[in-house]
Amino acid sequence: MPELNLTSTPAHLRHGSNIGQPLTRRDGILKVTGRATYAADNHPPGMLFAVMAVSSISRGRVVSLDVAAAKRHPGVVDVMTHDHKPRLAIDPEVKTNPFVFRMEVLQSNEVRYANQPIAVVIAETLEAATEGAVLLAPRYEVQSARVGLDAGESFVPPVVGVGNPAEHRHGDIEAGLASAEKQIDAIYETPPQYHNAMEPHAIVASWDGDNLSVDMPTQGLMLSLARIAELFGIAHDKIHIRSPFLGGGFGSKGLMAGPQVLGVMAAKLVGKPVKLVLRREQMYGPVGHRAPTRQRLRIGADGEGRLTALDHHARTVSSTFDDFYEPAADASHTLYAAPAIRTSHDAVRVNSGTPLFMRAPGEATGSIALESAIDEMAWACGMDPLAFRLKNYAEVEPITGKPFSSKALRACYEQGAARFGWTKRPLRPRQMRDDAGLLVGWGMGTATFPALMFQAEARAVLRRDGSGAMEIGAHDMGQGAWTALAQIAADELGLDIDRVEFKAGSSDLPDAGIAGGSAHTATAGAAIRSAGAAVIAKLADLATSDERSPLFGAGNAGVIARDGRLLRRDDESRGESYSDILARAGVAEVEARGTGAPNPAAMEEYAMHAHGAVFAEVKVDPVLGQVRVTRMAGAFAAGRIVNPRMVQSQLFGGMIWGLSFALHEEAITDRRTGRIMNANLGEYHIPVNADVPPLDVITVEEHDPHVNALGIKGVGEIGITGSAGAVANAVWHATGVRVRRFPIRIEELLTRR
Amino acid sequence: MNHSISLTVNGARRDFVLDDPRVTLLDLLRERLHLTGTKKGCDRGQCGACTILVDGKRINSCLALAISHDGADILTIEGVARGDQLHPVQAAFIAHDGFQCGFCTPGQIMSAIGMMQEAQAGNDPERIRECMSGNLCRCGAYAGIVDAVLDAQGQMDESSQRRSA
Amino acid sequence: MKPFDYVRPASVAAAVAAAAQPGAVFLAAGTNLLDLMKGGVSRPDRLVDVTHLDGLDQIETLGDGSLRIGALVSNADLAHDAEFARSYPAVAEALLSGASAQLRNAATVGGNLLQRTRCAYFYDTASRCNKREPGSGCDARDGENRGHAVLGWTESCIATHPSDFCVPLVALDAMVEIEGRGGRREVALDQLHRLPGDTPERDSVLEPGDLIVAVRLPPAARGFAAHARYLKVRERTSYAFAVVSAAAALRIESGMIVEARLALGGVAAKPWRARAAEDVLKNVSPTADAFQEAAWRALTDAKPSGDNAFKIELARRIVVRALTLAAAGTPARIPALPASPFAATSGADHA
Repeated sequence: MPELNLTSTPAHLRHGSNIGQPLTRRDGILKVTGRATYAADNHPPGMLFAVMAVSSISRGRVVSLDVAAAKRHPGVVDVMTHDHKPRLAIDPEVKTNPFVFRMEVLQSNEVRYANQPIAVVIAETLEAATEGAVLLAPRYEVQSARVGLDAGESFVPPVVGVGNPAEHRHGDIEAGLASAEKQIDAIYETPPQYHNAMEPHAIVASWDGDNLSVDMPTQGLMLSLARIAELFGIAHDKIHIRSPFLGGGFGSKGLMAGPQVLGVMAAKLVGKPVKLVLRREQMYGPVGHRAPTRQRLRIGADGEGRLTALDHHARTVSSTFDDFYEPAADASHTLYAAPAIRTSHDAVRVNSGTPLFMRAPGEATGSIALESAIDEMAWACGMDPLAFRLKNYAEVEPITGKPFSSKALRACYEQGAARFGWTKRPLRPRQMRDDAGLLVGWGMGTATFPALMFQAEARAVLRRDGSGAMEIGAHDMGQGAWTALAQIAADELGLDIDRVEFKAGSSDLPDAGIAGGSAHTATAGAAIRSAGAAVIAKLADLATSDERSPLFGAGNAGVIARDGRLLRRDDESRGESYSDILARAGVAEVEARGTGAPNPAAMEEYAMHAHGAVFAEVKVDPVLGQVRVTRMAGAFAAGRIVNPRMVQSQLFGGMIWGLSFALHEEAITDRRTGRIMNANLGEYHIPVNADVPPLDVITVEEHDPHVNALGIKGVGEIGITGSAGAVANAVWHATGVRVRRFPIRIEELLTRR
Repeated sequence: MNHSISLTVNGARRDFVLDDPRVTLLDLLRERLHLTGTKKGCDRGQCGACTILVDGKRINSCLALAISHDGADILTIEGVARGDQLHPVQAAFIAHDGFQCGFCTPGQIMSAIGMMQEAQAGNDPERIRECMSGNLCRCGAYAGIVDAVLDAQGQMDESSQRRSA
Repeated sequence: MKPFDYVRPASVAAAVAAAAQPGAVFLAAGTNLLDLMKGGVSRPDRLVDVTHLDGLDQIETLGDGSLRIGALVSNADLAHDAEFARSYPAVAEALLSGASAQLRNAATVGGNLLQRTRCAYFYDTASRCNKREPGSGCDARDGENRGHAVLGWTESCIATHPSDFCVPLVALDAMVEIEGRGGRREVALDQLHRLPGDTPERDSVLEPGDLIVAVRLPPAARGFAAHARYLKVRERTSYAFAVVSAAAALRIESGMIVEARLALGGVAAKPWRARAAEDVLKNVSPTADAFQEAAWRALTDAKPSGDNAFKIELARRIVVRALTLAAAGTPARIPALPASPFAATSGADHA
C-alpha cells in the first residue's frame, strides 16, 4: 500500500483557509490515479483467495456439500465448512451489545435466507476458489419460505430503528380525524432495497500468531475491532484494521459483516493471509438491506387547510432470527404541525437477511409516503403544495413540543422555490407539456433528518518544526473526511492545512465512533476541536508561564492560535511562533487528547434537525409511460458547512438516491423461494448518468449554537428525504395518476392516454 | 495447459505464461500484475468500474479473457498520467468533484478518455450523459462527472487548436 | 468457471471443426458468454476463439447493392460507420440504444444475434428452466414474470430475446450467412431464432459447429432510409434492456405508404416480425388510424404469460409511436438518447 502521506504533496486546490472553504479533495490525486488503496487491492505475500459458497434456498438446512469435488480442483487448498472451521471464542448468536447483529459464520447447517454463506473455498488463485465454490453443489432440506409483508402473524416490535419506541401518540387522533373537513386515507408501499456500494465488501486478513492484521472497508473501526476481539478471543491491541478508503458504505459497512468474519476465520484455518471479496450477487443477503414497508397514512385537515390529525402506521419486516425494524412512521414526528399525531409500527418475520441501516433508515421510506400524502391532502384542499406546507409549518417539534435548536426551513422553501420557479406551477395536474408533447410535472417535498452526534476521541500534536498532527480513527466513505476533518484540524491547531499531518482510517488511532447517522463530521470534528484546544492550551501554558516569552502573563486575557503563532488576545501585536515556544522550552512536541460527545442537556431542551426543500420536474411520455427527471433543485439548512464543495456532492448524491427510490430501485423476490431474482446491477436498477438531470443545490445559512460545538448538523442522508417524494409528486402532477407503490412503474402510468 | 501471451500494458511489453485460460483481463491486471487501480464492482459487465482501453477502445475488462487478447495494447488508470502531470480528465475530476468514494473513478476516467477518442459526444451534455451511462456511480457524482468531461474536452480542444494553429 | 480447453483456430473451417464436438462453444468478444459462464449458466468444455480469424470484420457493399457485415464487426464500429448509419438508420439507432458504450465496443454482430435471454430464472441456476435444463420445468411461468413474453410463448418457456439490433434487422429482411460442417448456407434472420415450442433449449436453428460469418442486408433494405426508427421503452434512460421495443420502416411515395416493415422486441423468444401489420399498411396514407389498425394487427395473437398484460397494451402503443416517428422522417443525426421516448427533448439543460 502506498504510504498515505497527504501532507507532503498537497493534492488539493487552496481557495482560502480551512473551515467553510471549498477545498478540493485532499485524497483526489490518489483516487484519480488509481493509487487509493481499497481493501481488495492488498496482496500480502503468500496470500490465498477465498470465495464463499452461498445458499440458494432461503429456509432449511444444508444436507451435504461435495467438499471432495472442490478439493480435487487444482489449486484449491482447503474448504471451510460447518464441520471444518476454526473455533470462535463466543457464539456469534449472542448479542453482547445493541450494535451486534447475528451473522452466519458456519456455526450450524441451518439456512435462514437466500445467499447466506454456507462454505468458503480457499485456493491459490481466484479462478480455482471460484470454481471450487461451485463444485460444492450443496444439497438441502428445504422448508417453505416466508416472503413479503404478509408472510405471517404480525407483531409490534419492542423498538424500531435504534431504540425508538414503536408507537408515539400526541393528541387525540380519532377526534382530529372526526373534526376534519378533508381526509386522506392511503396506503403506500416501498420495496426492499440493497445498498449496493460500488465496492463489494472485502477483507484481507493475516494472522501472525495471535496478532491479526486486517484490511477491510468499515464505517466503524472500533466496533469492528471489538467484534473481532470477542469472536476470536484476542485482546484489542492484537488487532490492526486499516480502512483508509471505503468504496461507499451507505450503512452496509457500519458493522462487521459475517463474510468479513469468514475471511478472518479462513486465514486462521489455512495459516496464511487470505483475501475474501463478495461477488455482487452475494451482497443481496448477508450485508444488510432496507426492509420493505407498507404504510397507511390517515390525515385530516380543516376547511382552511390546517392539519387536524396525522396518523402514520408502517408495516415492515425483519429476519426470522434478529431484529431491525425500519422506523418509517417516525418520519411524521417533526415536520408538520398537526395537533394530533400518532405513529405506529408492526412487523412480520421473513426469510431474508436481517434488514439494516440504509442511508436515511426510516426517514427515506417514511418521507416518500408522508410527502405523497401531504401532497394528496394539499390537492384535496385545493391548495398549492408549498402553501399547504407553510400553513402547517411546525414552529416547535410537533411530537414533543420542544423548540428547535435552529430551523431555517422557511428560508429553504423560499430559496428553493425561487430557484426552481415554483410560482409558475399550475395547481391542477396534467396541465403542462413540452414542445415534443411530453407531459411535464412539478412536485416538491420537505427534507428532514435528525442532527445526531456520537462520541469520539482525537489526539493532537504540535511540533518544534512548526508542523502539527491530528490523529483520529475516522472513516472516509466518500463524504470527504480526509478533507473536511483536516480543515477542522487546521483551524483548531491554528496552522495552515498543509502543515497538518492528518491521520485517519486506521484502528490504531483514537476512536472516532461510527461514520453513520450523518454525524461523523460533527462527532469527529468535536473531538478534533477539543484535542486542538487542549494542545494549544498546553502550548500556551509553556509560553505564558515563561518570562522570556512575549506572551508571559497573558493567562487571564488569553491567547489566540493563528498561522502557527500564539497571539495575545488583548494585543495581537504581541505573539510568538509555536516553534519558538517549543524550542525555548526544550521540548520536541506537545500533545493532548480531546473528546467530542453530545450534550445531553441541550438534547433534552431542543429538537435538533436539519431541514430542506426539494423541487423536481419530471417529463412523462403520455402514451408510453416512461418517466425522466429533467431537473431538481434543493435548498438545505444543515447548520455549519465545513466544505461547500463536498457538501454539495453529498446532497446531489442524496437527491439522486431519492430519484432512484421513486423511480428505479427494487429487489424482486421470488414469492415461492425467497430468492432475489435481480441480485445484480443489470436488473436491480440504480440511476445511470443519463437518468440524472442538472441538479441545483442551495445551502441555506444556518447558525445553530446548541447542536454541537461546531454547529454542524450533517448532510449525508437528508438529501434522499424530500427528494423521493418530490419526484413522486411531480409524476402525479404530470399525469394525474397517483402511484402509491414505489418505484413507480411504467404500467401504472399506462392507464390513460 | 500453459499459454504464453504478450500484452503491452501502459506502454510496456509484458510477456507471461498464463497457467489458466479462465483469467480475465481484469483479474490478470489486479491479482497477477497487481495493477489494482482498475476496480471490480460487479464482474458481469453491469457497472463499468473495470473499464480499460484495449487497442484504444474502452471495454469492460471483467468480460474479456486475457488469453483471447494476446498481443493487445492495454491502457489502465495507472498509465494515464505522465509522471506527476495529471491527464486533463484526471485533473478535471478533482476540480469538479467528479467522485466521492472514488471506487468507480478509474473506470469513469478511462471511460471518459475512451469516449473522447470515439468523438461521438463532443461537448453536448446530453450525449455525454448517454455515452457515460455504462459507468455506475452509487455515490451520485454524475453532475461532477459531466462537468469534468466538458471541462477536459474544452481544454483538449483548445490545446489541439493551439497545436494546429 | 469450469476449466476449459482454449483453442484458437487459424481458419473458419478449422473453427467449425473445433466447435462441432459436444461441449464446445465459440468465443467472440465474450460479453454474453463470459457472463453466462460466471453465472454457471453455461459450462463449456472448450472455447473456440474466433476473434483472431481473418476476414470477418469487414463491412462491404456487394455488387447487387446488398450490404455484408462480417460477424466480428463490433456493434460500435457498425453503428458509427457513417455510410451504414445513413443507409440503415434504425439499425444504427437500435445498436446505440443497447447495453453501454463499453459493451458495444467489444460485442460483435454475430454475438449480438446469439445472445441469450435475460429471464431471471434462466440465469438463476437453482431455478427450474427448460431452456437451461431441458425437461426441468419453467419457474418463470408462475414466478416474477412481468417482463416476459406475450407472443409465441408456450407453457415450457416464456422467455424473451433481449437483442435490440435484431429487431430492425429482422424488419429489413436480413440474411445470416452460416459456415457449418456441410459448408456455407444462409437463412433469413427471421428463421434463425426459434420460438420455444416444447424445445426451448434450442434458441436458434444453428447446429453444432455452425458459425455465423456475416449478416447481409438485401438491396431493398436501403429503400427505407428516409423513414426508419427504432423506439425502446425501458426502466432507465439508458443501459437497460427493453421492456418493449419496435422498429418501424416505411417507404413513402407521394404521400402513400408503399411498403411498411415492422418488428417488435422484448415480446417473444425471437425478434418479432409483424407481417400482418405490415400488410394493412400497404398503399395507405400514413395516418394515426392506419397505425392504430396496424398496432391491433401486430398484437392480435398476444396473450399475457403472467403479470405482464400491460406489455400488450404498451406494444400496441409503441407500434403506433414508432410508425408515427418513421412517417415523420428519419432525423438527420441519431438523437443524443438513441431510441428513447425522450430523444426529441434532449438537452434538458435548464440551469
